[in-house]
Amino acid sequence: MRRSSFFFLYVFFCLLVIGAIVFWSEREGSRFIAKSPDLQEITAVLRLTDISFSHDARYTRHPSQADLFSAFQDYPGSIDHFPSGSVTAPPDFSLLSTRITVRKR
Amino acid sequence: MSADKHINILDFTIQSLLRRKFKNAGIILVFSFVIFIAGSILFLSYSFKREAVLILKDAPELIVQRTLAGRHELIPEKYAEIIARFPGVSDVSPRYWGYYYDSLVKANYTVISADRSLQTSNRLFRGQMPGEGDFGNAAIGRGIARARFIDIGDDVSLIAADGKVMDFRIAGIFESESELLTSDLIVMSRQDLSRLFGFPGGVATDLSVSVSNETEAPVIARKIRDRFPDTRPILRSEILRTYDAVFGWRSGLILTLFAGAMIAFIILAWDKATGLSAEEKKEIGILKAIGWETSDILEIKFWEGLVISLTSFLTGIILAYLHVYFLGASLFAPALKGWSVIYPEFRLAPFINMYQIATLMSLTVIPYIASTIIPSWKASITDPDEVVRG
Repeated sequence: MRRSSFFFLYVFFCLLVIGAIVFWSEREGSRFIAKSPDLQEITAVLRLTDISFSHDARYTRHPSQADLFSAFQDYPGSIDHFPSGSVTAPPDFSLLSTRITVRKR
Repeated sequence: MSADKHINILDFTIQSLLRRKFKNAGIILVFSFVIFIAGSILFLSYSFKREAVLILKDAPELIVQRTLAGRHELIPEKYAEIIARFPGVSDVSPRYWGYYYDSLVKANYTVISADRSLQTSNRLFRGQMPGEGDFGNAAIGRGIARARFIDIGDDVSLIAADGKVMDFRIAGIFESESELLTSDLIVMSRQDLSRLFGFPGGVATDLSVSVSNETEAPVIARKIRDRFPDTRPILRSEILRTYDAVFGWRSGLILTLFAGAMIAFIILAWDKATGLSAEEKKEIGILKAIGWETSDILEIKFWEGLVISLTSFLTGIILAYLHVYFLGASLFAPALKGWSVIYPEFRLAPFINMYQIATLMSLTVIPYIASTIIPSWKASITDPDEVVRG
């Protein structure tokens, strides 16, 4: 067997696995979408605003409701007590002028 | 030109790669790892984002919080009556909820009241949802059931704000498939919740506002802000945007890991692009001396880059998929869990963004092939004698 055949066989095997993955993903994705009305009903009935992803701080349990504007509060993106706080993105401060100018006396 | 010639050149390339098998195996290992990390991040963040958007599709259109001294404060229920009279507002319901710290398991629960029940056909809830006036009953999320070893029919004791113990009978439980939404929830009647937290009369945690036409929600939010300057309205679109940002490229996890993986790849490609080893140069010189064309040498190098990068890419991306969707992203879990005691044991739905995968492929495979070909092209246009003698 030629050496190139091993390479082609490996690529073919990987493509076969990827094909199976795509097929499985389609199926599982459709299953999730099929059960999503039940999840949406829970959201609507309990009037939930956030996913239950991390429970160590208010701003990681309910990122959309957290009072990020409060002074001296830890907030997503800061170097803080909770590791999951550094997982979430910092607020968009692009509209504010955040340049610090240091002048010589 | 027959296909046989190309196959022969590929055979020769693989033979040449096998001569330096440890070095090339090392490159494939590192390259696969880089793709594995980058692919895992892409799969994880995209699935979280898609799931959050799907699940929160029916979240309240508008939440009105009250702020006092720069912090979230309980809102008077009479605000609801006034807001309900605004044109375009179809309904205003106070939301009663809060956090409860359970010192027994050192976990935080989200306690919420429900004023209506789920449909009996809902497959993600078992038992009964405690409604208005339903004292002493609670429904819990799977995370709490796991932490406290309880199920339907068992009792759970919570310490109320006045220090007295409140006993609840577990009347319902959310199924594990809803953990990403309900893991830490305790649902109870409004009266029980008010007693547990010691809520003063006539206040709620915040207000949920429904509007007749969703496009008018920003206008209504502005009106609420004008009428009640101490409030903070949060639109549903803002809630969804939050999750877009949390799992977007700017988020800490994505940026840190992705940047690390990309820097490792750039070092790898840079090492290839900045020059050939003396042995590789000698090989090119000998091939040129025995009559190989420059185009043949470039083809060898093309195959070399393709064999290494394609093998690594396919291996890395398959392993990333298995890591995220079959092993629950176990490598990233410690960072995602943080200090949480209750952590949802969810299985992410495998949503794949082919555009992201194609981008990752074009950002890794093509630059690697280019970085293999360019230095070889320089060596192959030089006089063989000069190349062999170094």
